[in-house]
Amino acid sequence: MLEQEVRLLKYKTYLSYYCPHCSTTFNVERQDEKSLIFNAAYKQQDLVVKLSPYLDVFDTKTSIPVEEGDMLDDLICPHCKKSLINHEEKCEKCGSKVGEVIVSTQAKLIPFYFCVNRGCDWHGIKKADQKTIRRKIPRQTMPEQDPKIRAHNFKEVPYGYTSELALLEADRCLQCKNPKCVEGCPVNIDIPGFIKLISEEQFDAAARKIKETNLFPAVCGRVCPQESQCEIKCIVGIKNEPVAIGRLERFVADYERDMNLVEIVDIKKSTGKKIAVIGSGPGGLTVAADMQILGYDVTIFEALHEAGGVLTYGIPEFRLPKSIVNFEIDYLVKLGVKIELNHIIGNILTLDELLEHFDAIYIGVGAGLPWFMGLEGESLGNVYSANEYLTRMNLMKAYKFPEYDTPMPKGNKVAVIGGGNVAMDCARSALRSGSKEVNIVYRRSKKELPAREEEVHHAEQEGINFHLLTSPIRYFGDRRNMVKSMECIRMELGEPDASGRRRPLPLENSNFMLECDMAIVAIGNGPNPILFNSAPDLKLNKRGYVEVNEETGETSKEFVYAGGDIVTGAATVILAMGAGRIAARAMHEKLSKI
Amino acid sequence: MAKETIIRFDIEAPKIALKIKPGQFVIIRVNETGERIPLTVADKDAFEGTITIIFQVVGKTTALMRSLNEGDFLLDVVGPLGKAAEIENIGTVIMVGGGTGVAILYHVTKAFKDAGNHVIVIMGAKEKEMLILENEMKAICDELVVTTDDGSYGEKGFVTMPLERYLNERDDIKMIYTIGPIIMMKNICNLTKPYNVPTMVSLNPIMIDGTGMCGGCRVKIGGKTKFSCVDGPDFDGHEVDFDELMSRNSQYLQDEKDSLLYSIK
Ligand SMILES: Cc1cc2nc3c(=O)[nH]c(=O)nc-3n(C[C@H](O)[C@H](O)[C@H](O)COP(=O)(O)OP(=O)(O)OC[C@H]3O[C@@H](n4cnc5c(N)ncnc54)[C@H](O)[C@@H]3O)c2cc1C
Ligand code: SF4
Ligand code: FES
Repeated sequence: MLEQEVRLLKYKTYLSYYCPHCSTTFNVERQDEKSLIFNAAYKQQDLVVKLSPYLDVFDTKTSIPVEEGDMLDDLICPHCKKSLINHEEKCEKCGSKVGEVIVSTQAKLIPFYFCVNRGCDWHGIKKADQKTIRRKIPRQTMPEQDPKIRAHNFKEVPYGYTSELALLEADRCLQCKNPKCVEGCPVNIDIPGFIKLISEEQFDAAARKIKETNLFPAVCGRVCPQESQCEIKCIVGIKNEPVAIGRLERFVADYERDMNLVEIVDIKKSTGKKIAVIGSGPGGLTVAADMQILGYDVTIFEALHEAGGVLTYGIPEFRLPKSIVNFEIDYLVKLGVKIELNHIIGNILTLDELLEHFDAIYIGVGAGLPWFMGLEGESLGNVYSANEYLTRMNLMKAYKFPEYDTPMPKGNKVAVIGGGNVAMDCARSALRSGSKEVNIVYRRSKKELPAREEEVHHAEQEGINFHLLTSPIRYFGDRRNMVKSMECIRMELGEPDASGRRRPLPLENSNFMLECDMAIVAIGNGPNPILFNSAPDLKLNKRGYVEVNEETGETSKEFVYAGGDIVTGAATVILAMGAGRIAARAMHEKLSKI
Repeated sequence: MAKETIIRFDIEAPKIALKIKPGQFVIIRVNETGERIPLTVADKDAFEGTITIIFQVVGKTTALMRSLNEGDFLLDVVGPLGKAAEIENIGTVIMVGGGTGVAILYHVTKAFKDAGNHVIVIMGAKEKEMLILENEMKAICDELVVTTDDGSYGEKGFVTMPLERYLNERDDIKMIYTIGPIIMMKNICNLTKPYNVPTMVSLNPIMIDGTGMCGGCRVKIGGKTKFSCVDGPDFDGHEVDFDELMSRNSQYLQDEKDSLLYSIK
């Protein structure tokens, strides 16, 4: 069986050979030539040898010809310079020494031996301990736009894995019996399950596997903080870099969509009951899809003129292309979900009025009220909340001004206050719209930056400056009352506060001025009371968020459920989706009994 | 309607017409590339399911709206937005409107009258040609004074003149409600403060969403930051920082010119 596989795999073009020590590939590809390059020792001299991609034909044009029937003294990795000779194995044909490389195939990683005797074409494999070898493939990086180029466009930064890279990365998964990654995932996606399907080249089945628990893998693969959820738990990550679960998730979802393999699922028989969903963010969309599939008649009410919530008005194009969000929304429409845009619930209809027409309601209105710091000069021109800046750029497409009418906020020197995803998005959008210098001002240290690791990394690559342990204290304006500079103070970290993070304390006499002709305040959002003003009987907590029963998502008002940022405070896309799913399940259970 | 630059639209929006109260506004987007602009509703007809807006052509969006014909569609109309004006029977009130502010004033004036108040309306315009809704106002108020800056109609001068006269002559004025250019509202507040007459102003800062989500409409009221689209648009005029509002509203003047030029090209 294994022999057969090797013979087959020889003819696969994507076969790669890796050094068992440093995991770097030996493959070189030129226009019409594929070969492997090694260093070698022969007759006490160093030379470079070339092998065919099947590891059986020696290239004879070496500096000192290796004679027929003669043997290399040593075979060396050109990258780490370690010997590739495996003394435990012998050529099964002529008894000579053998070299060892690692071959990656779709399904397995195989140590591959070959005779270093020029006259002998023996090569073979041994059923080695797969786990140890798997660990040797490095985590595959995603090809992406060059930082210098992408700093001037709004196109998506990574291109995503190719099939080859995805297969290789999938090979790194150990298929744990007791997978820790699944525990780390807020919605417990069957991670080894979908990765196995990737290894079997069933990419669309892998996407469907994810969709059993997560409706929007194309979105989550891009925006979830995998490094603190699933990947941090991955067993491979203990000694090496964890399996790139997020990148694989994104790959299969993109594959399914790009190859037109998305199937509209079957809808259960109509229950004759109606559901209203308030807010079309990821949480609301999840509830809507789940309930529609269960046979309910769902209407989403959205305040803005486009659906999608933060996915549409907040997260920029270069991180989450709007075509993907729109695709997911179209899918819901195909399921039969109705979307009423421009409907601000609380104003046009109250909760009670909705309850007259609907059997249950889900509140997924997010945390959309921007916080300001209350500093002197915060109302100067060109000082924005992150929400205003991003809404102008994304929802109103101000980056296409004057083709679109909404003016684009712009500055040469931009200061962004905050260290979360929102701050990174603002900073990188500003850079892309032509700002010469973008400074992120954050009061804690790099370790505490709440943004996704990848976003911080990308921002750094693109040339955004980080002023860590720094906080603004006032803004100064020019004679037209436009902001021109910001006074800052340095901070140090003191004792941990309630959130467990060390509290930043100002360092006396460390004030300094930072020039800025635009400032964006990205320090967070709170709950918007617009809906609750018309529903005084809905119980809120001290901070103004909706109180719910954690197991069901039901609020103090019967048949009214809530979840996402409006319950937890600003959190993540996946948590909002998870809350939506819990509520949908509970709603269905309750309504089925009536 | 007076001169081509002031235009009235009756928009079919039955759900909004059913709900909207005097003082509240809507946000309109004309087409896909359009801005969202707030417009206070001048009147409504819940039975017909229409709302009335009156606007002056000042920039690209309003110019675009002028080019629409009867029966055309607006891409988005969202509302009602903002808090409704607080209207009770309190006695004598003076309503002061300037420019297209008069249109907005109409809806509120009607409500004050319906609540049983003695309503005095002072309305001003640059010149006779720019005067709007005079007859409509006359029909619903108890006393009407018209001023024009150039004296081409009514009293010559600003609305503050008759207002000051009233304040000196009558001591039963319980409230003043004013809508118009910021500078006019500021002058009125400066005038009424020494008389200790509560003065409500309806503010018109730059807005985007109108739902309290962006903070672009923030104004300072008594030193505190408020969002006009949800906390207002009506505020106690004596607490408003008008200078800040003026400078915030002029942020995009150059962009607006660019935008208009682009559309002409
Ligand atoms: C710029 C930015 C970047 C982010 N990046 C990430 C990231 O990389 N990864 C991540 O996991 N999370 C990220 N987040 C957080 C994440 O987007 C949110 O946690 C998530 O979107 C919350 O979903 P939700 O369904 O609760 O509400 P939202 O997405 O906030 O959607 C709420 C919707 O309800 C509408 N609405 C509000 N009030 C009403 C009303 N009265 N009537 C009708 N409709 C109403 C709103 O207009 C909005 O469309 C980011 C957030 C921002 C702002
Ligand atoms: S923990 Fe890592 S290696 Fe184990 S199943 Fe999950 S992704 Fe694969
Ligand atoms: S217009 Fe955005 S908060 Fe008021």
